[in-house]
Parts: sequence; structure tokens; C-alpha cells
Amino acid sequence: MNAEPDTYVTADGRTIGGVLMDLRNITLRFGGVEAIKDISFGIREGEIRAIIGPNGAGKSSMLNVISGFYIPQEGEVYFRGERRPQLKPYQVARQGIARTFQNIALFEGMSVLDNIMTGRLNHMKSGFLKQMIWKGAAEREETENREHVERVIDFLQIQAIRKTPVGRLPYGLKKRVELARALAADPSLLLLDEPMAGMNVEEKEDMSRFILDVNDEFGTTIALIEHDMGVVMDLSDSVVVMDYGRKIGDGTPDEIRNNQEVIDAYLGVSHD
Amino acid sequence: MNAAVPAGHPISVPHLLARNVANLGSRVAYREKEFGIWQCWTWAEAEQEIKALAMGLLDLDAQAGDHIAIVGRNRPYLYWSMVAAQMIGCIPVPMYQDAAAEEVAYALEHSGAKIAIVGDQEQVDKIADVRERVPQLRHTIYVDGQGLRKYDHTDMSSFADVQKRGRENGNAADVSARMDALTYDGTCVMLYTSGTTGRPKGVVLSNRNVIETAKSSCEFDGLTAQEEILAYLPMAWVGDFIFSIGQAYWAGFCVNCPESPATMNADLREVGPTYFFAPPAVFENHLTNVMIRMEDASRLKRKMFDWAMGHAKKVGPAILDGGRVGPIDRLKYFMGNLMVFGPLKNRLGMSRVRIGYTAGEAIGPELFDFYRSLGINLKQLYGQTEATVFITQQPDGEVRSDTVGVPSPGVELKIDDDGEVHYRSPGVFVEYYQNPDSTSSTKDAEGWVATGDAGFIDKASGHLRIIDRIKDVAKMSTGALFAPKYVENKLKFYPNILEAVVFGAGRDKCCAFINIDLTAVGNWAERNNIAYSSYQEISQHPRVLEIIQGHVDAVNESIAEDEMLAGCQIHRFLVLHKELDADDGEMTRTRKVRRAIVGEKFDDLVEALYDGSSSVFTETEVTYEDGRKGKIAATLSLRDAKVVQVSSEKLAAE
Repeated sequence: MNAEPDTYVTADGRTIGGVLMDLRNITLRFGGVEAIKDISFGIREGEIRAIIGPNGAGKSSMLNVISGFYIPQEGEVYFRGERRPQLKPYQVARQGIARTFQNIALFEGMSVLDNIMTGRLNHMKSGFLKQMIWKGAAEREETENREHVERVIDFLQIQAIRKTPVGRLPYGLKKRVELARALAADPSLLLLDEPMAGMNVEEKEDMSRFILDVNDEFGTTIALIEHDMGVVMDLSDSVVVMDYGRKIGDGTPDEIRNNQEVIDAYLGVSHD
Repeated sequence: MNAAVPAGHPISVPHLLARNVANLGSRVAYREKEFGIWQCWTWAEAEQEIKALAMGLLDLDAQAGDHIAIVGRNRPYLYWSMVAAQMIGCIPVPMYQDAAAEEVAYALEHSGAKIAIVGDQEQVDKIADVRERVPQLRHTIYVDGQGLRKYDHTDMSSFADVQKRGRENGNAADVSARMDALTYDGTCVMLYTSGTTGRPKGVVLSNRNVIETAKSSCEFDGLTAQEEILAYLPMAWVGDFIFSIGQAYWAGFCVNCPESPATMNADLREVGPTYFFAPPAVFENHLTNVMIRMEDASRLKRKMFDWAMGHAKKVGPAILDGGRVGPIDRLKYFMGNLMVFGPLKNRLGMSRVRIGYTAGEAIGPELFDFYRSLGINLKQLYGQTEATVFITQQPDGEVRSDTVGVPSPGVELKIDDDGEVHYRSPGVFVEYYQNPDSTSSTKDAEGWVATGDAGFIDKASGHLRIIDRIKDVAKMSTGALFAPKYVENKLKFYPNILEAVVFGAGRDKCCAFINIDLTAVGNWAERNNIAYSSYQEISQHPRVLEIIQGHVDAVNESIAEDEMLAGCQIHRFLVLHKELDADDGEMTRTRKVRRAIVGEKFDDLVEALYDGSSSVFTETEVTYEDGRKGKIAATLSLRDAKVVQVSSEKLAAE
């Protein structure tokens, strides 16, 4: 597990680097319930890593461990080769980890632009007073951040809803705004919790395209949870499969497709 | 045709550019909203960009006379591409950006384009799909590189890279030499017709066509360098070429490009164009939105709106035409303007519109009058690609909803014995590319061009009136005149009806397919608590059918008043379960219905309309935006409409 394998180049020409985040023997309990049982896997720099599994398998818990929201009772998280101490979520964010949520968590009354601007929080240095006077450095800072946000807006093609309050948007667009906010933070590791849940085919295709583009354009490492198998197999470079808190498979999409244990977990096993 | 070039007259678009740089160098020539801000380029800056690209194209070994395909939404970069191509003697061929891969393949194949300049990944993918069919295409240049990083770049580069190569390796003298070799009768641009009938044809327009037309049309409406326009109509359409390049370069005004197609309305409001062109559908869309929002407004606001609009309808057009209106009416209009139309026009982005044009389709009199009564100088013009747009247009003060105006400057008009309109003008196209047969059947030796439209000169006003496409005007089996477009237009004037297709040639009665307008009908459904889950469901809702029936009955009544066309009353109709769509080949890219194709495709429905059955089950193949195909099935109910009996005495009198 400690030996860092060499970088490799994917079929479509992207370079996948060494392990960016390494999860070692993670166990997470809620009282007597073991949500995650002794799981280890790594996320390599530049890859799209999918975490799949049936409902209740512990995927979202896993994502919350990665994002530092849950602190596992056992096991260690290594980020960029260093063991990560117990951190507050905002400290994790400062390390360059951003996420989206399964249940959209946006500020409904604020405009799309303002919502995305909040993603720049960690890039703003001027304090409350300076912001209030809004002269010199504070003004420059906002202009710089706004420019960054505008690039994200352009990238995700949401110019038309820039000034629209988020509460008025349809579900698919809210998901896209959430992705925009996460992207605005300039993350090196992006966590997506079911980015395509509840979307129609067209919205899913758009979202897939954006995820690939983000990975391609900015070299962002992406870890995502998704239920749509077609999407997962098409998008990801490698897949972790969980069932009842255990890891039952880990490998390329092809390997996973042919993994008997995974097939059994999804299709059920006959007992005869 | 081959008169000498007037002295000191710029002989091509690049020459016009040089003139504008000399005279208006520091004025803004292009604006595009990007990253939330309007980015500007002056004429001088635009010239630098264009020259860099021209040199880059030379570096890619573009030869004089090569065709360069241009595909994408309206962006300054693509307009520059056209001028850069012209500068080095190449011929720009803009293509419809929403065309399916098959259509793009045809145009690329037919034009033999060696280089393609495209907007983004979508277009790159489309070209990659048909790459094998077009071996002569050597290089693709893209403007927006999003998602293209991983692509094989052996025969592909970004716009910026080509410019960079041009700046580094290019030789300005080579570009000047190519530019000096341009002639007034050389090709300026090749544009594909929308192909209402059969394959699109490549219309070759000369520099003379474009410059003469731009000049006389600018003079007709007094266009100056002060104008602002919003470039949002397809670049492949001749109108956009003339407005955004021809007239813009002749008069030296600024072309504004929207941020994205979806932000069109917001951008329109920010730019506040002074010269505006839109097909009736755009005006109709605006009006529908206004009306829907008014229905949701408070009672006081609604009352004020009704009062002001009522008054505007009475006196607005007269005030606009400089007619005689009493001081009290003027005061009331002024108040209305202050409180209602002023803000409304501002909302629509039309506060500054000095001249607005609509063309392409007939416009409903109510729609037309609505805009005129607000004080927007909306006029009609009649034209086609082969004429470099202008055939007739309405002069200020002589605007009517049912005519298309007087011949544009320099245009001669004649109506032949069959009622077909012919014209001759300096704008008459050179030829259809590689299609001498079509060229000679459209344009005669003396330069007269057949429009394919039936029309007549209105005696009272001297304006041209268009009835229908000449090949669509037919006889019914009863001998009555059949003019489907006339009936379809009447139907389409209702906001609830998006499209209509009328059948009846060679039959004893007329029947119609109708497409509902989902915006209007959907809003109505919402207000009336009618739930629906799909287009198909709402289209077959009994109460929707009821409403459409009302419209059809009313249209029949109005048709019956015209004895010549009384036979075109609709006996039976149905509401289609899918929207007619260019992707399915049912319409052209300019949204004109292909009646024959619709008739063939839905022949089971046509038969059902004529055999008297009350419902019919049908299965239709549909093409999704990404080119995949699927099937939808539906049971449609067929309805009888009320037909007004025209007394035989009247007919006898005819």
C-alpha cells in the first residue's frame, strides 16, 4: 500500500500521477453500527475515481471521511503523502478539497453569482472592515475573484442564469451551480456526491461532459459517488465498490464489470 | 452587369475595412459579452486581429479561391474569419451551426472546403464524424478549446495559435498582394440556401452584389456609423451576412455579439440596438412573454396596461407615421409612454430601435400593430439569398402589415402571367455553385430572377403583396384556388398555434395539422390547473383541442370573407403529438415547414383526416439533438371544424 506506483498515461492521453489521497484501514462507527469496515484505497492525482455500491453501503460516509467531516475511529488519511491530522471542515477546504452534496446545499435566496462567489471564500484575505470600506486591496481582490468566478460560469455555460436566484432554478441547473461553487474554490481534489441523481438523460450527458472537461482542463482529481452504472463505467479511471461497509472490489471499470463479488452484490446470489 | 467600378469605391469587404480603419479607427467595431463584461474591439484592433488570422491562414497554405467553411454561433472571431478569408482571396462559406452532421457533410463536400473555422467542441465533433467523406478538408481551426485538449492536433489548431503563427511567420506583404488581386466581380461569399425544396444550393455572391446592396440599403434607411446591432441570427443566413458584415462595414457601425444564445434577451436589453432585425417568431415570442407576465401582474398594473395599450393601438401607428393626431390624444400617448410603453420597450431592449425589420414569414397584423403602436418603427422587407436580401422594403411612413413594400433602390420588379414575382438588381447572385442547370432555370439571360413566389402589386398602395410559394398555390379538385400558406399564416397568428400545415391540393377539401405553442398553452394550463407530463399529453388534452377548434373556426370565418380563397376553409384538423423539427427534416434550419416531407412522413394521419375516422394511432421516428433516434407513439383525435357555407350566388358572381 505504501509503495507509490509510477505514473501512467490513459488511453485518451491524460497523465495519472501518484497517490494524492491514501485511505488506510478506515473504520467508522456510529454507536454500534459499523458504517465502514477496514477499508483502504488510494486516489491518484488526476484520475476520476468512482465509489459505487448499493444503498446503505457507506459511500457517502466514505466521502465524508475524505472531506474531513467524519473522523474515523480507526485508520489514517494521508493527503499528499502526509498523514492528515484531525481537521475542521474549513481547514480541509483550505487544503484544496471541495465537494458537492447529494441533497443540494446552496443559498436559495441568493443569486447564482453570489453562491459561486462563496466558493472563493478561502481566496479572500481582506477582513470584514476592509470589505466594508471596499477600497484598494479589497476592491481589487473582489475583481480578481469575480474574474475567476466568471471563468467558471463560462466553463459550465450558465451565463444566462448568472443573476437568477438559485431558488428559482430547476434541479438539474442547481446541481450545476453547486459544481460551479466547488470549482470556484480551485480544488485539487473534487468530491462529487451523486452529481447526476434525479437528472434526465440530457442533463446527465451535460454533467458527464462537464466532469470530464473539469478533469481534462484543470487536471482536477475527482472522486465521485454515482448510481448510474453506465455513467460510472464511462467516466471513471478506477472504481471502488462497497457493500455493507466493506470494500468488495477495486480496479478499472472493466475489472469491476467482471468481478463476481460485485455482480453478486448487485444482482443477488442464489442459494442452492 | 459589368459596369466599371466607381472611382475611389472600395471593391471588397477587406477594402471597406481599410477605409473604416482610416476614418473610424478608434470607434468600436465589435463587442462581445464574455466573462460578464462587454469586451470591445475598435476598427483598428479588429484589423490587427483579422490580418494576424489572414497571415496564419497563409501559413496554413490557403490558396486564392479556396473555400473556407465557417461554422458556429455569432462571435467576432468568426466574423473576422470571414474577412480574413476574403483578404487572402479565399471564399468564406458560413454554415448553419445547428445543422446535423449529415447536412454539414453535404455542404463541406459540395463546397470542397479545405479549411474549416469552427466555434467549439460541438462543431469539431460534427466535422470529425464526417471526416472520411471530406478528404479534401485539410485543417480545422477552433475558437473555444474547451474539452479539446485531448484531441489529436495533427490537423487541428486553435484560433489563437493560427493567429500567433501568422504574427510570427507571416508576411504582411503577401496579404497585401492577395488583397490587391481582389476584383469587384470576384466572389465575396458563398451561402447555402435553406433548402425548402430538396438539397441546399450554394449561392455565389460577388463583391459587387454585397457592396452595392449594402450601400443602397444603408442609404434607404439612413444607416450611419452610430448604429448598434445585435448579431444573433445564424451566420449562414444571408441576412446576417448583409447586416453584420455588408452594412456594418459600409456604414461603419458596431456589431454586438451576445454572450450565449440563452442570454439573448438580456444582452439585447444591455446593448439597446438602434437597428434590429428579427423574424416574426422572435417578435411573437416577446409578445407572448409580455402577455403572460401581464396576466400574472396585479390588477392595477393590468388596468394601466390595458388602458395605455388601448390608446396606443388607436393613435400609436399614426404618431409614428407622422399622421394627424389631436393634442389631447398626443398627451395621453405621452403619459402612456411615460408609464407603460417606455418601460416596456426598455424591457424588450427596444428603447432605441430606430429601424426594425421583420421578414422571412408573414407577420400577424395584431403582432405588427402591437410593436408599431409602442412607437417601434417595425417594417417589412421581402428578399432572398439570390437577391443579396433586398427585393422590396417598406419606406418610413408607408408601413402596412399585409404588404412587403416597394422595390428596394436599384431593383426592377415584374410579375409574369402565372403571377410569379421576378426581379432584377445589382444584388442578383452570380450563380449556384456547380449547378448550372439550377442557375439557368432561376436566372434568365437578361438577369431576371424568378422568386418562386406568387404575388401582385397592390393597386392602392403600389406595394408588393405575396400570396404564397408559386408551387404551393394549386387547384383543389373542385377547381377552387388552394393557397396553403395564406391559411397557415392566419392560424399561426394565434399565440396558441406555433405551426400549421394545410393539405388540400387536388382534394375536395382542406385539412390541417396543427402544432401548439408550448409556452402559451403551458401557461394557460398552469393558470387553469391542468396537469400534464409531456408535450404529447398536453397536445391531446380535450380542452386544448377545444381551444384550437375555436381558432380554426374563427380562421374559417375570416377565410370565407375572401371569395377567391373561400374553398381553403379547413374541414378537419388534428393537433400533432410532436413539434415539427429541423432535426427530423420536417422544417428547414430557418424554420420553414417542408410541406411535402411532412405530408409523406405523416401520410397515415393525412389519410385519416380524409377518411373521416375520429381517432388514429400513429408511431413516429424522432431524432434527438445528439443524433440518436427514437420512436414515439400516440393516439390522436381528429376533429371537424365549422365551415362557413359560401352562397352560390357569391360564387356565381365571381
